[in-house]
Amino acid sequence: MYQYDSYDQAMVDARVEEFRDQARRRMEGRLTEDQFKPLRLMNGLYLQLHAYMLRVAIPYGTLNARQMEALADIAEKYDRGYGHFTTRQNIQYNWIRLEDAADALADLARHEMHAIQTSGNCIRNISADHFAGAAVDEVTDPRPYAELLRQWSSFHPEFTYLPRKFKFCVIASAKDRAAMRLHDIGIRIVQNAAGETGAQFYVGGGMGRTPMIAPLVRDFVPIDQLITYAEACLRVYNRYGRRDNKYKARIKILVHELGAAEYTRQVEEEFAHLLSVGVEPPREELARIAEYFAPPTFRHPSESWDLEQLQSKAAGDPSLRWDDGFGLWVRRNTHPHRAPGYVSAVISLKPVGGIPGDATADQMRIVARLAREYSFDELRVMHTQNLLLPHVRIADLPVIWAALDAAGLAAPNMDTIEDIIACPGLDYCSLANARSIPLAQRISERFAESGRTEVVGELKLKISGCINACGHHHAGHIGILGVDRKGTENYQLSLGGSEAEDVSLAKITGPGFDEDGVIAAVETVTDVYLDARTDGERFIDTYRRIGMEPFKEALYG
Amino acid sequence: MVESRDLGTSPDEVQFRFRDDEPVDHGTVTVDSCCDQTNATAVRIEPGDDARLLLPFLDRLALVEVNFPSFTDGRGYSAARILREAGYTGELRAVGDVLIDQLSHMLRCGFDSFAPDKRLDEGDAARAFATWDNVYQRAADTRRTIADKRHEA
Repeated sequence: MYQYDSYDQAMVDARVEEFRDQARRRMEGRLTEDQFKPLRLMNGLYLQLHAYMLRVAIPYGTLNARQMEALADIAEKYDRGYGHFTTRQNIQYNWIRLEDAADALADLARHEMHAIQTSGNCIRNISADHFAGAAVDEVTDPRPYAELLRQWSSFHPEFTYLPRKFKFCVIASAKDRAAMRLHDIGIRIVQNAAGETGAQFYVGGGMGRTPMIAPLVRDFVPIDQLITYAEACLRVYNRYGRRDNKYKARIKILVHELGAAEYTRQVEEEFAHLLSVGVEPPREELARIAEYFAPPTFRHPSESWDLEQLQSKAAGDPSLRWDDGFGLWVRRNTHPHRAPGYVSAVISLKPVGGIPGDATADQMRIVARLAREYSFDELRVMHTQNLLLPHVRIADLPVIWAALDAAGLAAPNMDTIEDIIACPGLDYCSLANARSIPLAQRISERFAESGRTEVVGELKLKISGCINACGHHHAGHIGILGVDRKGTENYQLSLGGSEAEDVSLAKITGPGFDEDGVIAAVETVTDVYLDARTDGERFIDTYRRIGMEPFKEALYG
Repeated sequence: MVESRDLGTSPDEVQFRFRDDEPVDHGTVTVDSCCDQTNATAVRIEPGDDARLLLPFLDRLALVEVNFPSFTDGRGYSAARILREAGYTGELRAVGDVLIDQLSHMLRCGFDSFAPDKRLDEGDAARAFATWDNVYQRAADTRRTIADKRHEA
């Protein structure tokens, strides 16, 4: 994975010192809170309901064991012993004191991490496919391109005061495991018929109060013009994105109001101009970055097992509990790997009744150790708020599972109804209208207890505590949106969303429910699905085939 | 209509200037007026103005002021780069809500003089102008980027 050179290190070190100076001026009263706010936000520091929240960037969701241990140390030193992994592959600490913030940033910098541009109206952390470098179906590893974009977007002098925040996502396969088209700019790295590498640009997607799926703006940008094209997209947005209303300031509104064709025309004009100016990094830079992402040296398949061999060895070992323990976890939580004898293993942060995405410092250290011993020192944060060991030998799975199981990290529930994405909600967030976490806890308990999780199969449930949609409810097969209705929490149910390559936006079923009511409603819609499904249909497939009406009838009829 | 001399900042209001020539000592006109008047040599760009309208007149302009009514409105950064990319070599002055923490970015976008509404602390400003020893991306300054330095022969 990528390692800082002296330049990268100097940049984050300088930023820490700059922030120390800003905090000093704030404490001396020389910066007003209004003036300080955008500066602390650009260093990831939010003021929440109870305390400051620090959001740390994990570029394209990749980190090593040492970095995960540093995150654990920060959780203990400056917070209450845990952290929260987010849908943008970041980690948040909820109980940071302002006077500790610069020290926490300095600790991060020592481990090649930072909180730069994790908030504010600037280009945010670049996200990517969490299976990058491991997935069977990718054209190439998307992370070198994400790293190139990270460097370009860091402290960009022209794009630091954009109309609104700006999120990039980079993938490199036909399958979309990163909600690519729900980003301000989604990039898919592709190869054309001539075998040349290029980038598809999808611009103007997003969730929030006005969810939109990004249209394709360019189907092939030659890879040595990637940064120039991104710069053109951003310049048109910086100049013409709306600034009169913060709720209409995201690029999706500009693209929508201009129309994709006119936005594209303006970008192409700016692109042609910028090509003549010359803003692209030298070609060798991409090659330099790519070297850091060279695949690890996988062992010969004869030194591992395939999944059938694993089953034959493990099924007879009662300590592994093949049927409902280890075997279930292998079936649910592992993902095919490009190297024979290997899989990627999902570490669920969704224990039944737990808080989605939370991990204690001790859990982080266990995960770090497993990464070091069994996954070439690599870890990923998934946008589903889980962690991932990207490269593990199938033969090592029993020992990995046993360690995870002992630490409460082996919930076998990837992509099931227990694998809920939920925002922090009213328990932490100053924007929220309703609580998300208790709802997620109760739904996972209900389905686990009744044994329905297994029966229902793949079902992506996503919960947001307000219209800003941090819990991706628009993209859930089932989405839940918490609203405030005359002072009480009320939950709107929606169906039919997807963040994957079959991207779609969920539709509201009808009037909202109270907390007990929405849990019952989720059970009701799964009843409808189980009654109507044909062989092999997922919830989303059945919904698309039979439409909203049968669900409405069951809910309100 | 506003008298041209009433618009814009005077040389006295300029706190930082990185040029050797004499500053223009008369007022600026709006972008619209500049396009209509053949003799204007100083112009003021507001955030909603299209800087590219000035491109036919760059030869006769000695001063372009870019107004930042609020520091959170970043359109002026693009305006500045567009003018420099088109070859404008006259004075490019950032005026308005110009604060310490925007100075280094403004410098990179091609501004070479600064007339903040509220005078800035000289020590803080000196630190801000020197914040970045190195830079990641190409901009309107002539600095070699980190990537350029990594790959120099």
